[in-house]
Formats: sequence, structure tokens, C-alpha cells
Amino acid sequence: MIATRRHLADLAFQLVALATLVAALLALAVLLADILSDGIARVNWQFLTSFPSRRAEQAGIYHAVVGSVFVIVLTAALALPVGVAAAIYLEEYGGRSRLARFIELNIANLAAVPSIIYGLLGLGLFVRALGMGRSVLAGAATLALLALPVVILSTREALRTVPPSIREGSYALGATKWQTIWHQVLPMAVPGILTGLILALSRAIGETAPLITIGALTYIPFAPDSVWSPFTVLPIQIFNWVSRPQIDFRVNAAAAIIVLLALLLTMNAVAILVRDRFQRQVRP
Amino acid sequence: MTPTTRLPALAGLARQASPAPGAEAPTKIEVGGLNFYYGPKRALDGISIRIPANLVTAFIGPSGCGKSTFLRTLNRMNDIIPGTRVEGEVRIDGQDIYASGVDVVQLRRRVGMVFQKSNPFPKSIFENVAYGLRINGLAATRAELAERVEESLRAAAIWDEVKDRLGESALALSGGQQQRLCIARALAIRPEILLMDEPASALDPIATQRIEELIYDLKKAYTIVIVTHNMQQAARVSDYTAFFWLGKLVEHDRTDRIFTAPAEKLTEDYVTGRCG
Repeated sequence: MIATRRHLADLAFQLVALATLVAALLALAVLLADILSDGIARVNWQFLTSFPSRRAEQAGIYHAVVGSVFVIVLTAALALPVGVAAAIYLEEYGGRSRLARFIELNIANLAAVPSIIYGLLGLGLFVRALGMGRSVLAGAATLALLALPVVILSTREALRTVPPSIREGSYALGATKWQTIWHQVLPMAVPGILTGLILALSRAIGETAPLITIGALTYIPFAPDSVWSPFTVLPIQIFNWVSRPQIDFRVNAAAAIIVLLALLLTMNAVAILVRDRFQRQVRP
Repeated sequence: MTPTTRLPALAGLARQASPAPGAEAPTKIEVGGLNFYYGPKRALDGISIRIPANLVTAFIGPSGCGKSTFLRTLNRMNDIIPGTRVEGEVRIDGQDIYASGVDVVQLRRRVGMVFQKSNPFPKSIFENVAYGLRINGLAATRAELAERVEESLRAAAIWDEVKDRLGESALALSGGQQQRLCIARALAIRPEILLMDEPASALDPIATQRIEELIYDLKKAYTIVIVTHNMQQAARVSDYTAFFWLGKLVEHDRTDRIFTAPAEKLTEDYVTGRCG
């Protein structure tokens, strides 16, 4: 009797879990379908290659796509080396020192700080104090700060999963600590590090608030051509169009959202391909 | 049942090709008054031993008796475990390896190690062996590198099995092949001493036999110290045997004497299977 009741409870839990999953996916599917039906007709070559315009049917997102790609690539280039280096220090060299524990606690807190705070920091530090102005570089540096905690935490996790036997094997051959980290530990941690980078960049590419705070423009008639150029990004362009009263601009916003999603998926696909290549190298 | 009929080592002893030479063998490693602590817990208590050059010395004893810990003090592998502490001295060729100013990296080049669980790097077979040569800058040219990789794989008796697939992942090898690859990797940097921590405990009898034959061949060129749980194995491969019990060295003597006429009652009880 008791066994039957336990099986029933098991089944009930399974059904509840399935229902939750379906509900979550359904909401996402409805959202996607809504956006696609609104905007897909507007996604065409003219839309992708035009600059903003007062007339919705002539407006495009070339400047914003270039801005987004530029900013996100630069963000990755800044966040990855700094984040990995910080994680290596904390995991491999910092030990249990008071300083390391203090830094650790603060990184965990930083991951939970609202993004607009990073925008204010970016405005004060990069735009004003370091004199970068409202440039691509200032935007990327701000987003890199935002991405850093996630990169650091996931890199530490990845470093921790490298089995001690590999480190011992390397030390036993007369390798120094740095040789062991560089030749054995880091390559094995690459898949985990990339997973963290994907998560962090996926968040960064959709950020609007911190970039508006540091003064990214909502209207520019040109694409950024250097790290010192003023710029805008897709989320800001979308935000701008959504707040217009004309229905045609809302269609543009939906189309831009589709492009942003496509960009995000492409970025993640590339990262996953790189990760799989590394995993194949590491495992037979 | 008399102790003799249960003596597990007799079959092995009969096959031992060369009885251990006498005390005239020069000393390679000399340990004096060694204490070792994991935090507050003392794991090794006053170990003193002379390990002769170019012979095989086996460490036996029950699990947790400190034999692996002791082995790892000989190349300072315990240094990487936080909270450990060493007292006493370990001299290799007369030089105290725990003296201040000793380069641990240099020490580990001279004292190679093979672990209980084979731990090939997740790289190709070639790169596994080449790694030690590269990081220590021991091969000037690609040709020299390839030559020394081949020489090491031959010395570890695995060359014929892997020569056509040096570029393949080392993880695709069988357990016994992986362990011989790890031995080749250790030999590549030409150490003087080879420490082996239960190198065959995870292998089947055939792979074990190959490792034992290999040990027998290697002692011409290396001083070998091997930790083993398997007393027949100790009897088969070693010239000297040291018996550890609860962190202390109980007895150290020629292997044939340890297994046939030990001085200590505890040793006799252990090797005859009455305790431990």
C-alpha cells in the first residue's frame, strides 16, 4: 500500500515538473511568435543596411548592428583575459589568505549589482576620469566590468574541476606552477570558461541601461569606425523605436529584436563550436 | 594451519632471479628522523632508512600506515598539499632536499614519480612524453625531441604498441598501456630515482606482469622505490623491503629475509597474513 502511494507521489511530482516546463516554454514560444509575426516582414536587406530615419519605412539598423558587434567583441577581449587572470590568482595562488577571501566575497556581490550601477561607474571612471568620452571603448569597458564577475566565477569552477592527478603528474615531471597551469590546467578548463563567457556576453549584448548612462547615442547617422567613435547598440535602438507613437516604428522594433536574437544565437553557436572542438581534443 | 603454508611470498621468492646483494650497495637516499604532519595529525613518526642505489626497494604495510606519504616526501610532492609539515632530513646523494634554497622543480627532475592511478595528460601519446622534455628544455631540435620520445617509449616497453599512433589521444589507450605511458613520461627526463606508488594496483594480472618485468629491467639504470599492497609483488620485484605500521618503520631488510625470517614479530604476522 505504502509503495503504491510513493509511486503516486513520484508520478504527481513528475507531472507538476513537466507542466512547469511546458508553461515556461509556452510563454517563450508565444513571445517569439508574436515578435516574428510583427517584424519578420520588415527584416530585409534595406533594413539591415540603412541608417536611422524619421520615416519608419526608410529607417534601418546598420549602425546599431555594427555598434553591437563592435562593443561585444571588445567586451569579450577585455573581460576574458582579465577575468581568467583574476580567477587563476584566486584559485591557484591566493589560497586562503584574508585578501583572497575578501576579494572573493566582493566578486560574488558584484554579480548581483544592478547594471545601471555599472553604468554610473563607467560614466565616472571611463568616460570622465579616463577621458574616453562616449566611445565604443568606454561602452565595452563598462560592459566588461558587468561581465567580469560571471567570467571569474565560472573560470574558478572550471579550474576546480581539473583533477588533482593532472597537476601532480605535471609537478612530478619538474614543471613549475605556471607551466602546470598554462600547459595542463587551463586547456582542460577552456570549455567551462567559454560557457561562462557565453552567459556573460549574452547578458551584456542585451544591456541598455548602463550604455545609456554612459551616453551611448539614441540617434546616430553613421557606423562606428574606431574604438573612439560614438556609437549605439541594438537594444538602445529598439528602446528608442518602441517608445515612438507611430505603429510603423514598432514594426521596426520587432524586426530589430529578431536581428538581435539572430546575433545572439550566432555568437553562442560560435562559442559552442569552439568549446566542442576543445572538448574533442581533451577527450578521446 | 602453520604460518609457512600461508606464506604468500614463497612462490614469488623461488622465481626471484637475483638475490639481493649485501650491504655494500651504495646509499642513494638517506632519511633521518623524519616526522610528517597533516595539520596536527602525525602521519610519519621518526622514520630513518637508507635506500640503496640501483636496486628496487619496496614499501609494504596496511592502508593508512604512511608508506605512500613517505614515498611522497622523497620528491616533496606533499608540498602541494596545504597544511602539511616535515621534520627531519632526507638526503639524496648526501644533499638534504628539505634544506632551504633547494629548488623543488630541479629536485623533481631528478626524482621521477609514477602514480597509483594512471594520469596521462589529455593530449596525444607523443605530447605526453614530450611534455617533460619541453618544459625542462631538454631537447634542442624537433628531431632530438622525437628521438628521446621514442627512446622513452621503448624503455617503458610500449613503443611497439603505440608507434603507429603517436598522434592519437593517450586516453584511448588501455589502463595498462596508460600506466606504461606514464612510466615512459617519467623516464623521458632521465631521473636518477623512480618513485612508484602502487603502479599496478588498478591493472589486471597480465598488465601487472608487464609492469613488473619493466621494473626489473629499469633497476639497471634507476634507483626504484615502489609502494605496494601486494606482498607477492614486493617479493617478486624488490631487493629490499621496508615494512610500515601506523606511521612507523618497523623493519627494513633484504626482501628474502623480510619474507622468510623477519626480525620483528609484527612483520612476520603481517607477511603471513595474520594481521593487517
